[in-house]
Amino acid sequence: MVKLKIDNFDVEVPAGTSILEAARQAHIDIPTLCKHPDVDPSAGCGMCIVKVGGRIMRSCCTPVAEGMEVITGDAEIVDVRRTVLELILSNHPNECLTCIRSGHCELQDMANTFGIAHSNLPSLNKKYEKDDSTKAIVLDPSKCIICGRCVEVCQNQQNVWALSYLNRGLATRITAAGGIPLAESPCIKCGQCSAHCPTGAIVEYDETQKVWEMLRDPEIVTIVQIAPAVRVAIGEEFGYDFGENLTGKTYAALRRLGFNKVFDTNFGADLTIIEEANEFVHRFTENPQSLPMFTSCCPAWVDMLEKYHHDMIDHFSTCKSPQSMVGALAKTYYAEKMAINPAKIRVISIMPCTAKKWEITRSKDMSSSGFQDVDVSLTTRELCRMIKQAGIDFRSLPEEEADSPLGEYSGAGTIFGVTGGVMTAALRTAYFYITGEELGDVNFKALEGLDGVKEAEIDIKGTKVKIAVAHGCGNIEIILDRIREAKANGEEMPYHFVEVMACRGGCISGGGQPRVMMPGQPKPRGITDDIRKKRAKGLMNEDLKAKNRLSHHNESIKTLYKEYLGEAGSHRAHELLHTHYVARDKYNKK
Amino acid sequence: MDNGSLGSSVAAKWRKKRGSLIMALHEIQGVKGFVPWEDAVDLAEGMGVPLARIYEVLTFYNFFKLDAPGKAVISVCTGTACYLKGNDKVLEEFKKELGIGEGESTADKMFHLQSVRCVGCCGLAPVCVVNGKTYGRVSPNDVRNILDEWRKKLSEEGE
Repeated sequence: MVKLKIDNFDVEVPAGTSILEAARQAHIDIPTLCKHPDVDPSAGCGMCIVKVGGRIMRSCCTPVAEGMEVITGDAEIVDVRRTVLELILSNHPNECLTCIRSGHCELQDMANTFGIAHSNLPSLNKKYEKDDSTKAIVLDPSKCIICGRCVEVCQNQQNVWALSYLNRGLATRITAAGGIPLAESPCIKCGQCSAHCPTGAIVEYDETQKVWEMLRDPEIVTIVQIAPAVRVAIGEEFGYDFGENLTGKTYAALRRLGFNKVFDTNFGADLTIIEEANEFVHRFTENPQSLPMFTSCCPAWVDMLEKYHHDMIDHFSTCKSPQSMVGALAKTYYAEKMAINPAKIRVISIMPCTAKKWEITRSKDMSSSGFQDVDVSLTTRELCRMIKQAGIDFRSLPEEEADSPLGEYSGAGTIFGVTGGVMTAALRTAYFYITGEELGDVNFKALEGLDGVKEAEIDIKGTKVKIAVAHGCGNIEIILDRIREAKANGEEMPYHFVEVMACRGGCISGGGQPRVMMPGQPKPRGITDDIRKKRAKGLMNEDLKAKNRLSHHNESIKTLYKEYLGEAGSHRAHELLHTHYVARDKYNKK
Repeated sequence: MDNGSLGSSVAAKWRKKRGSLIMALHEIQGVKGFVPWEDAVDLAEGMGVPLARIYEVLTFYNFFKLDAPGKAVISVCTGTACYLKGNDKVLEEFKKELGIGEGESTADKMFHLQSVRCVGCCGLAPVCVVNGKTYGRVSPNDVRNILDEWRKKLSEEGE
């Protein structure tokens, strides 16, 4: 431990801690626009300067030393920070009124804090064309302050390498390689760049207007579904604490917005488990060379697989994601049951994710009902915007129930939104499929928490099933390397079943989740491990308290198979609930 | 110059040596006069370096060109002596006459304009060099003549 003085307070922190981090632990807020707990310091923005023995230095990249005396905010420091901020703003369009990020922007917060009423510096801001080619995330280089967080996250945390710096000096901007549209790059649309961006330079592709128009049309039957992770983050926009589970109020808000039917993606999650557990048991017992099997509910991971890991395609579960399963059934099973013309149905999904916008048109399998199965995929942030636009007082809403039959779910369905949850849910059902008996303890502690790679060996009545869970695309490589090595050496596979989620923590910290600053919350805005843990708890607690914690005991799903699908893995199930993967190039060769 | 992508063969040569990306890019530009997209894509694949990183390097250094330069490369010296003698105005005149900026080529691929720092004959300042031919004591009034001279020369070569 190292002892030092920060603003005359005694502070003790482990060696190697930065001054910035040490100050935060002592509840002293040093402003920064580039340092984020998820990324290494880049010393990019210059806002975090402090004085050490009279010398001005950047606190994000200066480690503490024994006996150090740090001043974090005297008149001179404030003056320098204000100048730095003015320089940053001189290269910013200052279009806050028409910026989607307004009210949730770290740069705006900072400008407010420092009271930058006007600046004498001439604007050097260049207009660049927005890149909305992915139709999932929008890049506006004019609003970028070159903090580097998105590049660090895309290149080093996610190992995707879609975003990069182009040019140098004042001409630097963030783009895909060589300035090509993002949609032609290896971008997997995970949106972690937008989750970490401090400004409005990277945001979700807003489709709220499309949904308003559907809601306005009396001829159209609107069906909405919410993903597991939405319910534990939506409250942040309405003054609830992080991780509060607001399922009932969210249903109520959706009804007040005018959606005709409110379904739950958790139903789709339970259904995914039935199909996926069935697929796994078949592979495990009849076709062991097709192991390990990877989960496939994360669209960013699917996109990454198709572009980066062609040798793993056969190991991918053919199950569609819960979003797509609900979409397919809404326009077939449900439409038939209720005698509604599926051509008049619009399925709108509320997702924590930007890649889900890509998923709904990723291949012809996504139109298995004869129509596009899911018409629009909105992020949690877009839904919050609609609720506010409609003037709905979210806090005073009653708790309502989802509609039947695509609304019922088990505890296993709800934990789909958090790392380890899909595997846990699948094991509960696979155990039953293999043994004909129920698991005694349905919790798998080894699969919980934020370790990047989690491994376990599950004993299913004498049969050992080796599993792994990875979240954050960078961590997937570790697992893939082990599998490839075993393959090359003709050794036994290190795993039988692998769960992958592209975002750290899983969908709870997806690229479409709110970025709200709570009073007293340590900065920065947006996702941190602290928030990840709270949102995860919100889902885990719902599972713990659930009457039914097993997907195969979901009564609506039993009815669905009885009335419509037959059995798990049936021909009809394959037509509606499964998909194919193709190897694609990372880049076009022009 | 289009003789297929060099990316894979250049990558095979440099792959084993750490930190040799710039050398590999030099080699491609040395042969082709610029680094074409296809070559960069193949180089990325062959060297195991992400394409995004390759373009970070390509666009960081002034030296690398991403497009085929014009047939006549006009280098306007903006070194100290030439600059003080008013070569910035000559550079502006070239930009105006050609309708392009520094580091760019005309749409007909006839001319490429670049500024350089000292060509080693300060006594002749201000100096411009076109494809190795040096013009000393130039003024903005000379720009049109220089361009006409090269247009004529290039069209004769073309025939």
